[in-house]
Order: sequence, then structure tokens, then C-alpha cells
Amino acid sequence: MQNPYLPYPVRIDDITVETEDKSLKTFKFVFLNPGDEEKFAYQAGQFAELSIAGLGEIPIGIASSPTEKGFVKFTVFKTGKVTSYLHAMKEGDIMGIRGPMGNSYPWDQLKGKTVVIIGGGFAFTTLRSSIVYMLHPDNRSNFKDIHVIYGARSPGMLLYKDELMAWAQRDDINMHITVDGTDDPEWKYHKGFVPAITEQVAPPGNADTYAIICGPPIMIKFTQPVLDKLDYSHDKIIMSLENRMKCGIGICGHCNIGKELVCKDGPVFTLEQLNQTPKEY
Amino acid sequence: MKVIKIDKSELDAGLEKLEKSFRLIGPVKEKNYYAFKELKPGQKPDLGFSNSRLSAKSIVYPQSEVMFEYSLDRNDEKYAILEEPARSYQPRAIIGIRPCDADAYEIVRRNFDTPEYKDSYWLKNYEATTLVGLACKNPGATCFCTSAHSGPFSEKNLDVMLVENNDHYLGRLLTEKGEKLAETAGWTTTAAADDTFENLKQEAESKIKSKVSTDNLASQSLIALHEAESAIWETEAVSCINCGTCTHACPTCWCFDVQDETYGKSGVRMRNWDSCMYPLFTVHASGHNPRGTKIGRVRQRFMHKLKYYVDKYEKGIQCTGCGRCVRLCPVNIDIRRICNKMNSFDPETSSCEVAS
Repeated sequence: MQNPYLPYPVRIDDITVETEDKSLKTFKFVFLNPGDEEKFAYQAGQFAELSIAGLGEIPIGIASSPTEKGFVKFTVFKTGKVTSYLHAMKEGDIMGIRGPMGNSYPWDQLKGKTVVIIGGGFAFTTLRSSIVYMLHPDNRSNFKDIHVIYGARSPGMLLYKDELMAWAQRDDINMHITVDGTDDPEWKYHKGFVPAITEQVAPPGNADTYAIICGPPIMIKFTQPVLDKLDYSHDKIIMSLENRMKCGIGICGHCNIGKELVCKDGPVFTLEQLNQTPKEY
Repeated sequence: MKVIKIDKSELDAGLEKLEKSFRLIGPVKEKNYYAFKELKPGQKPDLGFSNSRLSAKSIVYPQSEVMFEYSLDRNDEKYAILEEPARSYQPRAIIGIRPCDADAYEIVRRNFDTPEYKDSYWLKNYEATTLVGLACKNPGATCFCTSAHSGPFSEKNLDVMLVENNDHYLGRLLTEKGEKLAETAGWTTTAAADDTFENLKQEAESKIKSKVSTDNLASQSLIALHEAESAIWETEAVSCINCGTCTHACPTCWCFDVQDETYGKSGVRMRNWDSCMYPLFTVHASGHNPRGTKIGRVRQRFMHKLKYYVDKYEKGIQCTGCGRCVRLCPVNIDIRRICNKMNSFDPETSSCEVAS
């Protein structure tokens, strides 16, 4: 019988500091045992438990795309015991990852549709995975228009800045990058909060348009009325939740919202589904 | 099904034979209560008990269990890599488990044994265990098993059912595992076919006076019950001290925490029973707590047992009516009253047919 709690051993191959305040770093992991990468086959929107012996595990969204081979990437905000320790780890260090876990964004349903990605702050990791996945030459023709509205407090707080700038140059994705404010005279993108920019640039809702929203609660709270105004039905608004978790596989009982377990039945839910659950997230 | 007769004088000799191939676990008196403990060689289970203070769940699902070991010595080849310690899953038998606790394993199994994931620790322990039940002839005042899909003579999840009858026990061999155990113990005398079992069963069931109504739970609106703060949750939660006794005593509470403990340069990842009564159960690293209030936590425990579980598995409530939480709660929160409130809740008038 397989032990579902046993992490795959991995080596930290590369660490990138993402933001000017150094609170976010991207860790690139390589599997130690050949064959484990294949077992870890994942889809954009899933997450994994990062495991550090002696400290514990943390559930983190997968930031790399299934189309990127040879490694997996996670962008981690330094906040608690495990993440603080992880931020002090070095390239070459050994740790574990366990997963992939949870459902993903509903890629079958999104086929042939316009996808509007709305992200804020550091909740952009599985959205990065999704964008890289959709833009891959094998997949791009599976989707209609792709719109991305992504905002952070300041230019220095945007994740994956080089990629954002590169995507902004392309004609097969509509990038709308915004910051709350900046005194940089060279800044050529939007200024303003995500809900306001969404109202200006997002296409109106229809049967062929889905919105995927990830961000801080305050952003979600003010974006929802904008999407209502734009006529997005609640089954076309897709969100990804976070809750305290231990096992990640639906057994330990920590992350439930009503009868749903965020780790196993989620983390991705439509707003229509969330309307039927207690707001315990 | 084979029914055997075990003279009381034969019981000990049989247990001694069993000791050779099984680890035996049974009720043992400790201070003023009973506990299920591994029996020392020659030690006999005390079958004169009513029920144990804590349930028998810890036999399959220990309160603390080592999952992995690791070394933090950088010179070690296996540095920082978790490994499952070698463990023996030799056959063991619980002698004298009450039907309510045995039925609880069936409920808990739905959580640990799913199509997608198998909890190898729980399952290996469970599969190695033979359940020798002891029919409950004198149920307690807080027992309501007959209205919770169990009963004092419930055989649903047992391998052997023992029924005390004057100078002997009737032994009903319910599974192959049970037949094998009886054979190993040398209990082979066939019992006379008569109505004794049915008569004793009816007598025991008639002694259970308390019951819960569960017939409307499935059709109640989950959101409406969750939002029934003034009709149910505020009054029920007001006296709760979030001590977690109910969840620890409960045979069907399965939640656990995972913690790493390091001693010098080596350590273990272990899991420990956790409780939804504790604020830390849900608190995020950011400090945000989705169930930051006592009302929310009390509601979670009862909604889980009496609504979420009901809706998710469609196999009734997550409770076998053992009555322990009612008996042990320091502030008299009573799952029977709450269940009846939830069952009779009317969202139109926001009221229940049960007084607080």
C-alpha cells in the first residue's frame, strides 16, 4: 500500500527573489529520484505540500506550468515558521514535495472560450502557471481571447516581471498590468486598483467568457460587483481558495467549508458553488 | 452463521491460546474508569464494564503516531529525507469492544479509505484487527445507539459477537476472521439454536430510552442550518469552553494535526488527534481565522456530524450514539438536543420544535 504522506525528495536548483521587499522568492526544485517527476504530473491550478524535515509542511500553489519540463517552481511568501526557514535555505539544499493536490482550473470547460485572468498581489502563482500553459504553441489555439489584469502595490511588487513585460509585447494575449501607485516617470502601464481597471478593460460576460480571480480578499470583494455589472454569471467566475491544511488529501479534516474540503474538492470553485457553502475561508 | 457456546470457565483458557498469535486488547479498569489497553501476558479483559471512558478508536488510530523518521545530520546519506519506520502489523484482537465503537470504525473508514487516497497507517492497523464485540445488556442513560444506525446488539462491523448469558457466552461468528479466531481459541462447542439472542437483544433495546430524530437532516438546507444562529448556535455555544473533550472521547472524530519533533540531529514527523474546538485548528499563517469564534467552532462540530457527513456520504449521521460526549461534557452540551433541533429546524419561522 502506497503511503500518501511520503514526500518526493527534491533539491533546490535555483532561488529567485521576486519582489523589492524580498518577501517573495521563487524556488525551482528538481526531483532527486528519476521517475518522480512523471508521478508528479500536474495541471495548472493544483498545489503541493512543500515539506522540510524538522519543520513541517505548507500547501503552496504550483507556479510552473505542466508544459515546462525538468523542474517544478513555487513562489513563496515569507510569513510563518516553514516559509521563514525556506527563505533562508540555499541552492543545493534537500527537502520534499508532496502532490500534486486538489482539482485544477477547469481546462476542459475552458476549451474554446475567452479567459479573463484577474490577479492581485502574490496570488498570481497558479495564474502564471495557467498563462504559460495557455500560451504554449500546442495549447494557444484551444482558447479564444486571453485577457490578463494583474495588479500589485508598486512596480517592485509585481511577480515574474520579465515574463509580464514579454507577454505585454505579444499579440495573442491582452495584458493589463497595473500598480496602486508609482512615482516612476517611465511607468507605461496602468495605475489604479484591479477592480477599477477590470471595469475599464474586461470584456463583457457571455456564454463563452470565463473569469478566473485570485487575489487578496479586499480585491475579490470589490471585483465581484464589477463582474456582476459586466454580466458575468456566477458559474463563469472561477476562484481558488486557501485554508489551513495538514494532509492535503482530504483526510485530516482541517480545511473544510461545509461539506467541501478545500484541499480535495477544491481549491478551485466557481462562485456559484461558493454561494452554496458557508463562508469559512 | 455459526453460533458457539463458551462456558465462562473456558474463556480464560481460550484467551491464553489466542495470546500466542494475537496481540490482545481489552477493557481494563484504571482508577474509576475503564480503558482499552493492550493486555499483558496472562492479564484478562475486565468484561464487567459498562463502557470505556474514551472510545476504542485509539487502537486503530493512536492519539499520537509516528509517520516518518529523519536525520538532520548533514554527513548522513539520508539527510533531510523522510522514511517510514519499519513497523509490525501483527494480528491483534480487541476483546469486548462495544457495538457502538465497532460501528464507529465503519463510519471513520469512509474518511481514511477513499478511492483516491488510502491512509496506509489507519488501514494497516484496521486490517490487522479482529473485532470481538460484547453485546451491551445494560446500556447507559445517555446511550442512543438505536436511533443512530447502531444498537446494543449491532453486529454490523464485528467479526465475533459475544453475548453474556448466565454461566456462558454465546459467540456469534460473523466473518471468516471471527471463525479463525474462535478456532485458534479452541472455542468449538456449537450452541443450541433458540431465541436467546433475539430475546436478549429486544430486552436490551427496550432499555434505551433516549433517542434522536434524524429523518429530516438530509433534506434540510445546509446554508439555512449554518445560518440558524439565533435558533440553534448562539444558545448551544454560549456555555462551551472549547475544551475538546467531546472530540477526544468521540469514536467517530477523526481529525489530526501533523507535527515534526526533532531531538538533537534526528526526529520524527508524527500525527496527533486534533480538535475543531480549538481556535488554532483553522488559523492561517497570516493570522486570519475563518472560524475565529466559539459559535463557529461549536457549529462546525455538530454540522460536520449531523449535516456535512449526512450529505457527503448518504449513510446517515457521523455518530453511533455512544453517549460519551453527553456524559463527559463539562457544561452539558447534548448532541441529542442539538440533533433534534437541527432535524426540526424550520427556516420559515427560524425556530425548532425542541426547547433549549
